[in-house]
Amino acid sequence: MRGIIHLNNPYGDDKAIESCSIFGMMDTTGRRFGGRDVIRAIANMHDRSNGLGGGFAVYGIYPQYASYYAFHLMYLTVEARWDVEEYLKQNFNLIWAEEVPTQKTSGIVDPPLVWRYFLEVGNLRSEGQSEDDYVANRVMEIDTKLEGAFVFSSGKDMGVFKGVGYPEDIAHFFCLDSYEGYLWTAHGRFPTNTPGWWGGAHPFNILDWTVIHNGEISSYGINRRYLEQFGYQCTFETDSEVVAYAVDLLMRRHELPIEIVARIMAPPFWDQIERMSRAEQDLCRTLRQVYGSLLLNGPFTVIIAHQGEMIGLTDRIRLRPLTVGVKNSMLYLSSEESSIRLVCPDLDKAWIPMGGEPIVGRLKISEECPGVVMPQEVEVS
Amino acid sequence: MKTYLPPKFIVDRNPSRCIQCQVCVNQCSFDVHYYDADDDEVRSHEENCVGCHRCVIFCPTQALTIERNPLDYRENYNWRPEIIEDILRQAETGGVIITGMGDDKRQRIYWDHLVLNASQVTNPSIDPLREPMELRTYLGSKPERVEIEPDSLELKTYLAPQVELDVPVMFAAMSYGAVSLNVHESLARAATESGTLWNTGEGGLHPKLYKYGHNTIVQVASGRFGVHPQYLDVARVIEIKIGQGAKPGIGGHLPGEKVSAEVSLTRMIPQGTDALSPAPHHDIYSIEDLAQLIYALKEATNYQKPVAVKIAAVHNSAAIASGMVRAGADIIVLDGLRGSTGAAPKIIRDNVGIPIELALASVDERLRQEGIRNRASLIVSGGIRNSGDVVKAIALGADAIYIATAALIALGCTVCQQCHTGKCAWGICTQDPKLAKRVNPDIGSRRLTNLLRGWSLEIKDMLGGMGINALESLRGNRLHLRGVGLTDTELEILGVKMAGS
Amino acid sequence: MAANRRQDSQFKVDATGLHYRRLNQLLRQAVADGAERIELQNVYGQRYIGTDLDREVEIEIQGTPGNDLGSFMNGPRITVYGNAQDGCGNTMNDGQIIIHGHAGDILGFSARGGKIFVRGDVGYRAGIHMKEYQDKKPVLVIGGTAQDFLGEYMAGGMLILLGLNLREGEYHRASFIGTGMHGGVIYLRGSVDQFQLGREVGVAEIDEVDCSNLDRLVGEFASYFSYNAAEILKGRFIKLLPLWLRPYGNLYVY
Repeated sequence: MRGIIHLNNPYGDDKAIESCSIFGMMDTTGRRFGGRDVIRAIANMHDRSNGLGGGFAVYGIYPQYASYYAFHLMYLTVEARWDVEEYLKQNFNLIWAEEVPTQKTSGIVDPPLVWRYFLEVGNLRSEGQSEDDYVANRVMEIDTKLEGAFVFSSGKDMGVFKGVGYPEDIAHFFCLDSYEGYLWTAHGRFPTNTPGWWGGAHPFNILDWTVIHNGEISSYGINRRYLEQFGYQCTFETDSEVVAYAVDLLMRRHELPIEIVARIMAPPFWDQIERMSRAEQDLCRTLRQVYGSLLLNGPFTVIIAHQGEMIGLTDRIRLRPLTVGVKNSMLYLSSEESSIRLVCPDLDKAWIPMGGEPIVGRLKISEECPGVVMPQEVEVS
Repeated sequence: MKTYLPPKFIVDRNPSRCIQCQVCVNQCSFDVHYYDADDDEVRSHEENCVGCHRCVIFCPTQALTIERNPLDYRENYNWRPEIIEDILRQAETGGVIITGMGDDKRQRIYWDHLVLNASQVTNPSIDPLREPMELRTYLGSKPERVEIEPDSLELKTYLAPQVELDVPVMFAAMSYGAVSLNVHESLARAATESGTLWNTGEGGLHPKLYKYGHNTIVQVASGRFGVHPQYLDVARVIEIKIGQGAKPGIGGHLPGEKVSAEVSLTRMIPQGTDALSPAPHHDIYSIEDLAQLIYALKEATNYQKPVAVKIAAVHNSAAIASGMVRAGADIIVLDGLRGSTGAAPKIIRDNVGIPIELALASVDERLRQEGIRNRASLIVSGGIRNSGDVVKAIALGADAIYIATAALIALGCTVCQQCHTGKCAWGICTQDPKLAKRVNPDIGSRRLTNLLRGWSLEIKDMLGGMGINALESLRGNRLHLRGVGLTDTELEILGVKMAGS
Repeated sequence: MAANRRQDSQFKVDATGLHYRRLNQLLRQAVADGAERIELQNVYGQRYIGTDLDREVEIEIQGTPGNDLGSFMNGPRITVYGNAQDGCGNTMNDGQIIIHGHAGDILGFSARGGKIFVRGDVGYRAGIHMKEYQDKKPVLVIGGTAQDFLGEYMAGGMLILLGLNLREGEYHRASFIGTGMHGGVIYLRGSVDQFQLGREVGVAEIDEVDCSNLDRLVGEFASYFSYNAAEILKGRFIKLLPLWLRPYGNLYVY
């Protein structure tokens, strides 16, 4: 959609400033479960948001269309839908299209039209371009060039649902208790300088990556300028957008594992680095030297998710909270422990990770039987 | 010829305080004060006074006041006293007017039109005294990405040589010959103690200072004075000097009378000969020639040291800098309009080049647009006065800052602009052994170390206020700057918004 | 919903689904009605419990109380049978908070009186800026270990870190312990490296006064959580003291 910045940051501030509640849960066996607990948990942190944004990301949600890119689109007008559908037909093989089911919800005012499309990348992409790159470019194109339409979810077998309202109202509006997934993240938003528009809610998504975020990143200006060098256009002017693009650059394009990415975004202090082994020193120093502009400075907690993985990370002096809970194969991440306890009172373990220390929940596929997900303990780095 | 030039200063000696001790007579290197034995009274040749205030500070009874000669010409904004006097001087001599230090005219100082941000409510300021606050900076070329062995997480990328700075403020090039050896030693020791670098300038490095090589940038300029294998070997960084903010496009000339035995030893030219620095490097007439020299120096030092290239900030700095990075420079140094000098034609100093703030903003932005900002570090110099200027320069995009005038002021300099005379009463810009010993390297290095310590603490305070605890998060982060009293075009070039927006 | 009075001065509240304002209103009412002991059940994240109660009363919490538990509190004794979140004991004036699990960040922030006992670990910046004045001396006893900035800016009171869950040879993980400390004392059981300590603290051996402080407070700690105090006291304690009352006296120039 043209002019997203004016919608998301109507006063032309440096960026949209916001604070939040965040919650994530993942069954590391890959077992799919409904949204009931996630919705209850995020609703329990109602007072951390202000009704100007709520959202959810669900992974493993479209098994029947698992191999297709699932686009969720918001439209301000019916004409916008016609334009986009024309565009999608020209650029993809359109497998299925439907309106996303919604229900009337008090507290949800003036919702846009919301549709979803399952798409296959045809032979339109250029030689050497990956499907992901092709899709990411098309998303950027719709979001910056077409009028009145906005792609808020674009990964495979996953979906983002978000809008203006408290998260529990958004969940009701999108009938989220009727979906199942093995990994859910949820966000309640407290923006300070935007009246709130539907696209500005979290999670922020590109391909199957989603980011939910709490805090305010004081390095935003340089994070953004650095990413712009790699062709990212920060059309939302939010912290979560730069986190998502940083993750995309580092994990997808530079092929760095999350353990390394954590040391870029929340690196050890130089003093700590000096106490490490020689090899670790070289690694950490090199990362800071090369990627210093992607250090996320200031208070933040993020939950980053993509297919098969959920990561929680706080800033290196832990200015924003994160509690971890584990029960059997279930991993919980939350701004507040009480929300985890509400849905799982008898956790095997609950703890508060050190600042900058990533918590990673990961699915692993058995080698004998590809595609079947094996029970696996949560990996705690 | 009778000079029509009036005295610049009036020496006011309070007779009730003066005790005829003659400290002023001994301290003044410009022959202002003299003792009249007949009358048992100290008197002044005011016409010689340069306003350096050495006598004022050392007078034990505070009997002296130096005032500007009011020179009440008829008011005329166009024909100001300085202009009239320059014409008189040239009419009397037929020469080029030479001066010292940096441009003293009223060009806009953009630092004074930039203000910084601080955290309130939505994110916390960080307390630098109690929480970690990292100023460490690495100078050198960085690759676009890091490669890691996926299973072992071992590093597969090795970086070009990097130089670590504990504080992002270094001492800029001042050659031995222009300044005294004691000044060089003070700078070298302070840089070593403070974890930063100092720069030899183009006059070589005295063997006595080789032990500070780890903190030394050696300069290779058009005259190639004192450039020999050992000079390159002891250095941490090699800097090719193309130009200087005080005199872009102009060479240098150290008069033979300043080429003492020690200077001769260091510059490796015979004692008493003029040391001439050509205007260009005669092996660099184009950008590919620069690449040739950069790689010659890298070969000469087995790729162990970053090579910096210093230019004066001029109209096409952005394009030039881009070429320099592509030519293999690991570090780009920009020296702005207000950069200082030991001697330069005044007409050049005050009229050639552009303000450093604008050059910095446009170079940083251009390198980013071209995706090569990682490939070189960016250092700026030319009139940086305090830690506020430093922080603003870093927010505009500089990796580190050079200071020279500020360092000399720390050693006593009062910016009297007489560097070219070699008579510096503060013992800084002179080779007169009697004067040079006025800078004691023990004290000089302590004064410089103190200055850097004070600035570091202030930088940490400002960073903490912005909610930032590592300098790399401020570097190029122009959202922490706002402009005040600037035009739209100026704001656009600086890449900052107007305060209040 | 009202609090159920079970017998004289004994109250019980089921906090299920109650917003904190309603819950704390019930507590105020119960205290006004002469409650001596209040049991809160199914607490999930309600904030500010105990705030604005200014006399001695026993409050027992089943569940996970929300942020700012006992903030500005002045007298009650709160016992949590579970974990506490962030900001517990914030600017507390008097009373006790006894936590059977762990506690989150800024535990006891700027407390100026009262005692906090935590059986497990605590988050970042525990005891930050605790301060003492005249007879008011806050006390914080932590059974487990702490995260960074323990006792940051500490200006008074006593902070005891026991490290009972550290394995043989394992060090406390916190860095910046006592950074900016300029008053009070930290007793530390278990090992720390010098680099983990703030620049403003010095290490000292404990003396007789310290031993009597430790006997008393570790004894109290042990009594809440069924530990053997003598066993705990067998461990080696060190004492961290501020090196200066004015750590930044020579920082500024005029």
